[in-house]
Amino acid sequence: MIRVGEALIAKMHEHGAKDYPSECCGALLGSDEGTNRTVLGLVPLVNQRNDSPQNRFSITPEDVLLAEKEARAKGWDLIGWYHSHPDSPARPSEFDREHAWPWYSYIIFQVEKGEAREMRSWRLDDDRAKYEEESIEFISSVPR
Amino acid sequence: MGVKVMIPTPLRQYAGKRESVDLEAKTVAEALSSLTSQFGELKRHLYSDDGRLRSFVNVYVNDEDIRYLQKEKTALQQGDTISIVPSIAGGTE
Repeated sequence: MIRVGEALIAKMHEHGAKDYPSECCGALLGSDEGTNRTVLGLVPLVNQRNDSPQNRFSITPEDVLLAEKEARAKGWDLIGWYHSHPDSPARPSEFDREHAWPWYSYIIFQVEKGEAREMRSWRLDDDRAKYEEESIEFISSVPR
Repeated sequence: MGVKVMIPTPLRQYAGKRESVDLEAKTVAEALSSLTSQFGELKRHLYSDDGRLRSFVNVYVNDEDIRYLQKEKTALQQGDTISIVPSIAGGTE
């Protein structure tokens, strides 16, 4: 299960709406308590797939290191990634699965005609064969 | 050559929860081969079915991307640090 506060959800939704019809992407910083995780902060990033941003996103290794550094500075972990699916459901595509890393949480949300809708979270299986859905607990404020 | 391989967080669960692994290798290919023979589960996450490093797996030797060196044939020196750094990609169908 992954906990996400309303303010951070609003921030992701704003990012998705601003970048629509392109996919937006960013890092999830927070705490990992084994089976449960809590998102405590976000690092919005620039989608580097300039050739096809409406259906692809890419985050460079430099941005991954930047997000890790930001997490470390706050005493948190880099626990996953978020991205939007413009006019497409909030479930991982085959392309998502092929490019996924294990362990990370992948939050995906649909942006329909510029308006953010359904949000779901996924984690890749150990054998890379499929994603498992991770339930999201929507909370009003993030515990500090 | 004694070198250190830094393991990224998502792969540590397949490497005995270690942040780094010390091993002996003359090239990057040897280092990764030694790493994956020690920790077999790492292989499917680093390599695709055709045996190539996955496109989203980036390997650095002392902060230099091996794509700009001699790729996996890059020679190692005693004390080198090899970092495996993820890039992240995805999208709709």
